[in-house]
Amino acid sequence: MRSILHVDMNNFYASVECLYRPEIRHLPVAVAGDPLNRHGIILAKNMIAKHLGVKTGEAIWEAKQKAPKLVTVPPDFAKYLKFSRLARGILYDYTDQIEAFGLDENWADVTGSLSIFGSAHDIAELIRKRVKDELGITVSIGVSFNKIFAKLGSDYKKPDAITDIMPDNFKSLVWPLPASDLLYVGKATSRKLTSIGITTIGGIANCPKDVLCRKLGKWGEVLWLFANGLDTAPVRLLGQEAAVKSVGNGITCPRDLTADEDVQLVFTVLAESVAARLRDYNLKCTGVEIQIRDKNLYYMTRQQKISRPTFLSSDIIAAAMQLFRANYRWFYPVRAVALRGINLVTADTLVELSLFEDESKNLAAENLARTIDGLRKRFGHDSILRASSLLDRNLTGFNPKEDHTIHPVSYFR
Amino acid sequence: MPRIELDIIVEHRKDGLALPKTIIWDDGRCFDIDRVLDIRKAAATKCGGIGIRYICRIKGREYKIFDEDGKWFIEQ
Repeated sequence: MRSILHVDMNNFYASVECLYRPEIRHLPVAVAGDPLNRHGIILAKNMIAKHLGVKTGEAIWEAKQKAPKLVTVPPDFAKYLKFSRLARGILYDYTDQIEAFGLDENWADVTGSLSIFGSAHDIAELIRKRVKDELGITVSIGVSFNKIFAKLGSDYKKPDAITDIMPDNFKSLVWPLPASDLLYVGKATSRKLTSIGITTIGGIANCPKDVLCRKLGKWGEVLWLFANGLDTAPVRLLGQEAAVKSVGNGITCPRDLTADEDVQLVFTVLAESVAARLRDYNLKCTGVEIQIRDKNLYYMTRQQKISRPTFLSSDIIAAAMQLFRANYRWFYPVRAVALRGINLVTADTLVELSLFEDESKNLAAENLARTIDGLRKRFGHDSILRASSLLDRNLTGFNPKEDHTIHPVSYFR
Repeated sequence: MPRIELDIIVEHRKDGLALPKTIIWDDGRCFDIDRVLDIRKAAATKCGGIGIRYICRIKGREYKIFDEDGKWFIEQ
């Protein structure tokens, strides 16, 4: 049997901010984006704000109605990255099998260290104490024999707590929990499960597998395995990073975009970043995906192929604009856009050359892009810019490549 | 409690150990550290910050001095 810990830093962003500002610790605190740039939603909140009903993702004004004394602080991602790195450093003292799930959550497989440190619970206790002493923030830890139950354990009791979920107690501990607590049971799945009378994790576990499969497809079996504690996914070893599947950037614009030209400006900045990151990874994309959110938060996503693998921003912009023009009808102004390079291949993949196009132009463009990368590395991002980005600095004055990039992660990689 | 950032004289040993020797107050007064009692990573929960904590004895009283990425501060 494996011994797996899931270490979850409680209210991560808010805890870090409270550590640095003792004067606001006794008040409801929320870390929130900048309302002037229209990023004004709650990113994290402390326990006091949580008890007052403040929720992650709601607008600041909504939160202030529930908690009039709410203190909002701007996020400082550099600080959070530092804390995340330090916390992981502590875990690495106990095992080399650590897998991050976002900035504030980590799985650690300590099976191999039990003979040195004692039981998994003892190791969890050591980690909890050390994080509290050394970083001044609390963690909740789930101790179990698979990753899914370990994660449930860390959610079971918060903050500053350890929950053991073992083969002899998981039925009494896990099965009464609502089905939506299980990883990958979201709104839609939850609704489907309710329609066949399943509301708890135990319900999923005791339901015949084929019934679930008929209702949910292949996810049915996955969830059934999860609920019965039969998940066998390993905790990845240090350095076993998942291969990059797509490279994307997006932004909620400081003002609504009202014309194709505006959208092109923003796409240009995003494409520059996407293209530069592709070059960093030595990858090319063979497809482009755009995501558009309009003023009324209607959301659409479209993708298309590119005829030749590319890491050039000009190709990506062209494809993105083509997609946009073909699909967006301008019923409402656009609020947020995102751009991704998809279907990635390594940059030195062999390509079929065209008889009718001048390939040397393409080579020259690739060399130019590498040169610009070099210039930016030495003299800073703003040392060389597209002239079009000066048309409206309000819209283009951001640098998605070097401003924070925090990637959402998937359990299945 | 405010966090007071310090000018400080530190002895860096060849084995990597750093020992604070003298703290220099903003008004120019210097205080020698008589003895370092404890060195470990810790959070300064009272004034906010994390780093390496040196518990030091200065003129018979104990103070906690922190090194946060090369910036030193004292928690009284």
